[in-house]
Amino acid sequence: MSNTDIEIVVEDPTAPEADSPAVTSVRAADVVVCLLLLALALTLGYDNWRTGAGWESTGPQSGYFPFYLSVILGGASLYGLVAAFLSRREASEIFVTRAQLRRVMAVFVPTLLFCLAMQFLGLYVASFLLIAGFMRMVGKIALWKSLLTAFVFTAVMFVTFDIAFDVIMPKGPLEAALGR
Amino acid sequence: MEALGLLMHGFAVLLTWKTLLLMMLGLVLGIFVGVLPGLGGPNGVAILLPLTFTMDPTSAIVMLSCIYWGALFGGAITSILFNIPGEAWSVATTFDGYPMAQQGRAAEALTAAFTSSFIGSLVAVMLITFLAPMISSFALRFGPPEFFAVYLLTFCSFVGLGREAKHKTVISMSLGLLLAGIGMDTVSGQLRMTFGSAELLRGVNFLVAVIGLFGISEILLTMEERLALRGHAAGISLRVVVSVWKDLPKYWVTLLRSSFIGCWLGITPGGAIAASFMGYNLAKRFSKDPDSFGKGRIEGVFAPETAAHASGTAALLPMLALGIPGSGTAAILLGGLMVWGLNPGPLLFVEHKDFVWGLIASMYLGNVVGLVLVLTTVPIFASILRVPFAAVAPMIVVSCAIGAYAIQNAMFDIWLMLGFGVVGYVFKKIGIPLAPFTLALVLGNRAEDAFRLSMIGSGGDMKVFWSNGLVGSITTLAIVLLFWPVIDKVFGSVTRILRPAKA
Repeated sequence: MSNTDIEIVVEDPTAPEADSPAVTSVRAADVVVCLLLLALALTLGYDNWRTGAGWESTGPQSGYFPFYLSVILGGASLYGLVAAFLSRREASEIFVTRAQLRRVMAVFVPTLLFCLAMQFLGLYVASFLLIAGFMRMVGKIALWKSLLTAFVFTAVMFVTFDIAFDVIMPKGPLEAALGR
Repeated sequence: MEALGLLMHGFAVLLTWKTLLLMMLGLVLGIFVGVLPGLGGPNGVAILLPLTFTMDPTSAIVMLSCIYWGALFGGAITSILFNIPGEAWSVATTFDGYPMAQQGRAAEALTAAFTSSFIGSLVAVMLITFLAPMISSFALRFGPPEFFAVYLLTFCSFVGLGREAKHKTVISMSLGLLLAGIGMDTVSGQLRMTFGSAELLRGVNFLVAVIGLFGISEILLTMEERLALRGHAAGISLRVVVSVWKDLPKYWVTLLRSSFIGCWLGITPGGAIAASFMGYNLAKRFSKDPDSFGKGRIEGVFAPETAAHASGTAALLPMLALGIPGSGTAAILLGGLMVWGLNPGPLLFVEHKDFVWGLIASMYLGNVVGLVLVLTTVPIFASILRVPFAAVAPMIVVSCAIGAYAIQNAMFDIWLMLGFGVVGYVFKKIGIPLAPFTLALVLGNRAEDAFRLSMIGSGGDMKVFWSNGLVGSITTLAIVLLFWPVIDKVFGSVTRILRPAKA
């Protein structure tokens, strides 16, 4: 066999360009995360202090353990904040490029819509829409292939979980109409 | 040799058609999960966990652990054929595995990878068979202070020995412990950190968090990259298998060394990645011809694979014997055990003998069956990669949603999963490790209970953690490990001052 016998080739039509401009640096993301964590630590710390972070006759109160953890979390994120500000390396690293962000959003937004749709249409219908839509829009796969794959996958899921294993999922009008 | 008798009993429990069928199913699903980009061991186990809710615990754990073996085997396929490591610990396998595939020796490399995985796991399982009962019977004497000390040791060793920035490990761990505390306090029954929300009353479910952190975030991360791939297709013929196996004895030193490294690093938390690199590097250093590594040398496949799988398997030892998982996947298996009402830890060996030995026996059997299965079906699994990611991604999202919802039948969990997906994505990008978070979340409540019970016992005196030799030395070791980087530096500079001229 020679060096050239590559037999499996998969193309990616909507791949992000390599030279896309950066949206934000790792440092900026690091600072934001540390600030959020600090806020979380303060909130949880306050709540636990209110619950009671001291000692009573039977031992530590319920807030004791989490209160000190909030202190540790707060301290570590404060340290992280300072470290991120001082770090030159992180300032030059790219957190995400514009093209990458577009791709990530191309998965995240449909997932979000899927979760929303699940509440009204039920899981199985929402799954069908998600898979078919995603394959068609993002993957640029032929419509009939997308619809067929989505239908087969959803049907298999329904049979496995709802019929064979009795795992109950959210259901909507379609299932009601079918009497399940 | 009580262990042997019990192990035989374990095999007897397993050898029913139903269990064997589940085993095959688990392996196939596992390899599938291991081969697909954007999924791996922990995600696969987490997503498929709901499937097992309706089974009895023994069948369920057999299936889950087979998913795990399958995923380990599957990772090697993509590393060798496509130069895409499915998991961080398969990175070292690509160094020599992919060059071998380029030279048209893919079948040889695959056989070597599968065989050495098998050997690595086998050594580790044997270690578990004989060591786990001993450790657990020793641990039966542990009281709350000892358990807290062991938990402390686990947490501290993550901070002290991890390669990430220390404060990031601390952030990840304290966040996990805090989230574990949300909801009803198990000791006093008081509510905390719920902010009046009825949804938070149940607390943050561990598995929901894991599905979000690993499943959803992995999809987001995978999408960022260019997903076009080019790879080699390979079928394995019996002739190749035999010729590779015939050469095996030549490499016994490498295999043994890697197994040993793997077992050692697997028992200490977070070791599989380090183990594979260490196995590779040591094989290279001790080789007579180190320059030939990285150019398609079969030893370069043997060494990291054996170590990675030995450590992946050995990670189950502390989980079974002490209730402390040694890896992310072990933590998820532990979460599964708790769903079925089994409490991992030393008592498991006393109260649920059937279960424990069934599980250990399934490790032996699963590995043998897995080896045969991957050797015969590689071409089919390699062609899974032909399926475009745009079709795979939404299916994974749906599976994640099903998994997250099925745990508590709550829509809130779906949103929580999505939230954790974003958190996981951001954390991975800024270098906050997720393994300590997972571990903290699963151990949080037990660690707190152990702490409070020992405090109640001692009347609030911290000296209880040094009250006897055993607990004292564990606590001290934990603190030493926590400050290990500092100690290491101080020692380093002291020795440099003492011996200035040499070097």
